[in-house]
Amino acid sequence: MNVPAPSSACASQASPSRRDFFKLAAVALGSAATAATAATAGAASGKGRGPRLEEDRCGVLVDLTLCVGCRRCEWACNRANDNPHGSLRDYDDQSVFEQARRPGPRQFTVVNRARGREDGKSVHVKIQCNHCERPACVSACLVGAMRKDPRGPVFYDASRCIGCRYCMVACPFERLAYEFDEKLTPRVRKCDMCRERTRLGRRPACVEMCPVEALTFGRRQRLLELAHDRIRRHPDRYVDHVYGESEVGGTSWLYLSSRPFDQLGFKTLGPKSPAETTEAIQHGIFAGFAAPLGLAAVLTAFHHLTRGSAKP
Amino acid sequence: MRTDAHTSAGAEPRFITPGMKVVLAIALLGWVVWGYRMAFGLGATTNLSNAYPWGIWIAVDVACGVALAAGGFTTAFLAHLLHRERYHALVRPALLTAMIGYTFVALGVMTDLGRFWAMWHVMLPPFWQPNSVLFEVAVCVMCYLTVLYIEFVPVVCERFAGKVRLPGRLGVLDRPIDRLLRMLDSSLDRVITVFVVLGILLSCMHQSSLGTLMVISADKLHPLWQTPLLPLMFLLTAFGVGYPMVIFESLIASRSLGLEPERGPLSSLARFTPIILCVYLGVKGFDLVHRGVIGLLLDGSFKSFWFLFELAIGAILPIIIFATPRLRRSMGWLFAGATMVILGVVLNRLNVFLICYTPLESGAGYTPSFGEFAVTFGFVATIVALYRFVVLNFPVIEGLEQQKAQTASSRPTGVDGRFSAPRRPAPRHVEPLHPAARPSPTGAASPCEPPYAC
Repeated sequence: MNVPAPSSACASQASPSRRDFFKLAAVALGSAATAATAATAGAASGKGRGPRLEEDRCGVLVDLTLCVGCRRCEWACNRANDNPHGSLRDYDDQSVFEQARRPGPRQFTVVNRARGREDGKSVHVKIQCNHCERPACVSACLVGAMRKDPRGPVFYDASRCIGCRYCMVACPFERLAYEFDEKLTPRVRKCDMCRERTRLGRRPACVEMCPVEALTFGRRQRLLELAHDRIRRHPDRYVDHVYGESEVGGTSWLYLSSRPFDQLGFKTLGPKSPAETTEAIQHGIFAGFAAPLGLAAVLTAFHHLTRGSAKP
Repeated sequence: MRTDAHTSAGAEPRFITPGMKVVLAIALLGWVVWGYRMAFGLGATTNLSNAYPWGIWIAVDVACGVALAAGGFTTAFLAHLLHRERYHALVRPALLTAMIGYTFVALGVMTDLGRFWAMWHVMLPPFWQPNSVLFEVAVCVMCYLTVLYIEFVPVVCERFAGKVRLPGRLGVLDRPIDRLLRMLDSSLDRVITVFVVLGILLSCMHQSSLGTLMVISADKLHPLWQTPLLPLMFLLTAFGVGYPMVIFESLIASRSLGLEPERGPLSSLARFTPIILCVYLGVKGFDLVHRGVIGLLLDGSFKSFWFLFELAIGAILPIIIFATPRLRRSMGWLFAGATMVILGVVLNRLNVFLICYTPLESGAGYTPSFGEFAVTFGFVATIVALYRFVVLNFPVIEGLEQQKAQTASSRPTGVDGRFSAPRRPAPRHVEPLHPAARPSPTGAASPCEPPYAC
């Protein structure tokens, strides 16, 4: 920065007249006010732009009261996604239930056993990506490597990814896994609701495999009706809550349970997607680029207004 | 740096000192581990996990790095845009810190990216995803880094104009390069304000967006810190830490280089900080009350104590120190206050990105690995070494330049031999860029004379 110090002569030349002063000040204040209004309006409208969704998008309903913990869905998932899967008999091993497991880079779904607190009965909980309706990971990704298929699945495109892992910070369910062991080409790994299979008219591998029909694949709207119908018909069997109906703006995967969900390790989450808040802030601040331009105008005005004064 | 023996020992500081040897050793270790990470991946070097996808490389190298480089735009605002002449001597050191700091923010990001070779995606519109806060941060930081380099060009021009002496046959290029430097300098001179305004604008944008970044982590961040006002908090703390950072490094630099500290400007600079910190405290209090979580402050948990500790060290104590004229005039207290603000802001960024970020579902923990520490400290050490190198070789610190001028005039030849080939014929054009930069026999240049007047 090498602008010569304003000598008194140069200052008197450049010093704006009183009228210029007011003109500049008015412009600066005007643009600042516009920016502030735009920012408030943007933040208030809240909604922002969510992903485009089809009316008959798909989902999966998990009825935890039916699950017997056979872990066949795990095997089917691993096989369908080319993950190490071994033989089906390996999955009879019940000792894995001693610890709560998480989806990993080579296993996109796991079944855990929640210990019954009152009745001692065990409940098996299959977990995987819940495929949010307003996914935080999709909103977070700066290069569009995470996307929401209008038909329902949230999927990952490694060819766009730069590996920042912000999607993992954003995921409210902490279900994304990363190939930390890969040297140069690590990927984010997750369930994609068998996007390719379902496009061909088949059901997801885990749903197809389930021997007790604890998993139901179908239109999300239809699954919600089904879930509420089951609750209505068997109020003694189910708690009156379909997990995923409204959590973080709704998810494609829906759960029915005999026990309150917070006892089974499900996070208690509000109806608002975290993406809604950040997008409201971001698009509020940058609405019409008014705030940045306003700030630039104010700064330029400062520069001109203080030129003559040259205070120490 | 200087290997040529010159008799007036102790008059001019050298690059290598015992302290610098330690710094360089830490830097070397860091770069070795950095190479290991680049070759063998994140898993081999870090303790990152699916529960903690971000570790100290993001929390320290990026989040703290960006915040602590805020001295650049805050000082430019005061000295350049508001024409406060007395702070001009502080502009170039602050600019240099920002420039080196942001370079290492970019390097830190690159180190942390799993697919760093695909970084260029961020620059191509087909990849852009404007809902992403990280997209805004990435684009702003890239633009701002460019602006910082442009703002530093005049310093380079001033250093080499009239002193370009390439070795051997390349000497033919001396004159064209010299002309180019002068042209660059004079054209930048006319438009530098545009870049200063742009720099401040970009800084405000990404300093605040860095706060928005963690809003999306929702309930994983402790409710005392998690708020939609995080962008405002980050912006205010960036404003707040800007001047203390300038004070901190100015005092360290003058001590290390054996110069008299810039008492006047530094004391007056400290006056602004309490005002910003008071606004910050006000916003913080309003936020806690407004979100109805102020009760959490008194629940006796570690986090509540930690929150109060962060505010006490980062805001309340410094306000008291900087708002007391007697303490402000003492360089010791000034240094203590500045250190506290810096610690407070570092603590704040660590809390938001790491310490108070708790993956609720997985319940896993994170302790940085040796490799992560090595790279982070290695980067800090490299920043220190680079700063010292540039300061010793470019016209950045005014006092040092005066000292150099003094030594130069006391030497028989009077020509500074650095960067020039040995035993070359006498310089063909020695007229410096600014007449005042010519070593004056007395060495007494008034602080507001060019080239420092910005």
